[in-house]
Amino acid sequence: MSDTIEKVSIIISKGSLEGIYPGLIMANGARAEGIEANLFFTFFGLDAIHKARNEHIKLATVGNPGLHFATMAGGLPGVSTVMTHYMNHKMEKLDIPSIPEFIEMIADTGAGLYACKASVDLFGLEKNDFIEQVQDIITVGEFYEKAAGGQIIFT
Amino acid sequence: MSTSTIANIDVEFNDEGFFVDPDQWTVDMVPELARREGIEELTDAHWQVIRFMRSEYLAKGTGPTVRVLGKTSGVSIKELYQLFPKGPAKMAAKIAGIPKPRGCI
Repeated sequence: MSDTIEKVSIIISKGSLEGIYPGLIMANGARAEGIEANLFFTFFGLDAIHKARNEHIKLATVGNPGLHFATMAGGLPGVSTVMTHYMNHKMEKLDIPSIPEFIEMIADTGAGLYACKASVDLFGLEKNDFIEQVQDIITVGEFYEKAAGGQIIFT
Repeated sequence: MSTSTIANIDVEFNDEGFFVDPDQWTVDMVPELARREGIEELTDAHWQVIRFMRSEYLAKGTGPTVRVLGKTSGVSIKELYQLFPKGPAKMAAKIAGIPKPRGCI
């Protein structure tokens, strides 16, 4: 095996703020290193490329022990919204782009964006529901064809 | 580390191919450095990015990342990747004789 990475295929399967950003950062970082990158959105990860939803991605405040506060507090109405605002504000200060802007930027780097067919069918979605940068809705078999010869990262 | 002669000067490169001493760089080295990166013909846009990298490094002590380049160099992200397919910030930093820009975004 070569000691350099030439290609990565990154799967984003979660629809929370902290579920989406890591995959985006890895894809963008791969392109910056000259590594070929493809992004695959599956299950709730589809929200990241959903026209109507990707501007409203929220931080998970329930079932997230990393936040270090009581689960019951995290479930109170509005807490997720407030925490999301706080997080977005912190990220903006560090010049981390918002999710829609980040995805557009990643598409501009030449990375491929794909939606998972099984999830698209499951949620009753169609190509029109997604941002224009999404190249195609593909099956798992097609995913493996595109991922061939590279590393696969599941997030 | 390795040494190569670029524009008649012995230049020291680190293992990743960046200048060890950015002060060794001269503008005459640019065409040869670009060729080492696989760029045969330098367009005005290439020069614009290379000069921008160099001046940002001299002003701030570190080169800009691709995101910063896209926002401030006057060249779009899309075009940056067309000009420097193997990573715009990385390639342009090598050609501009500056250290590898650090930053996750």
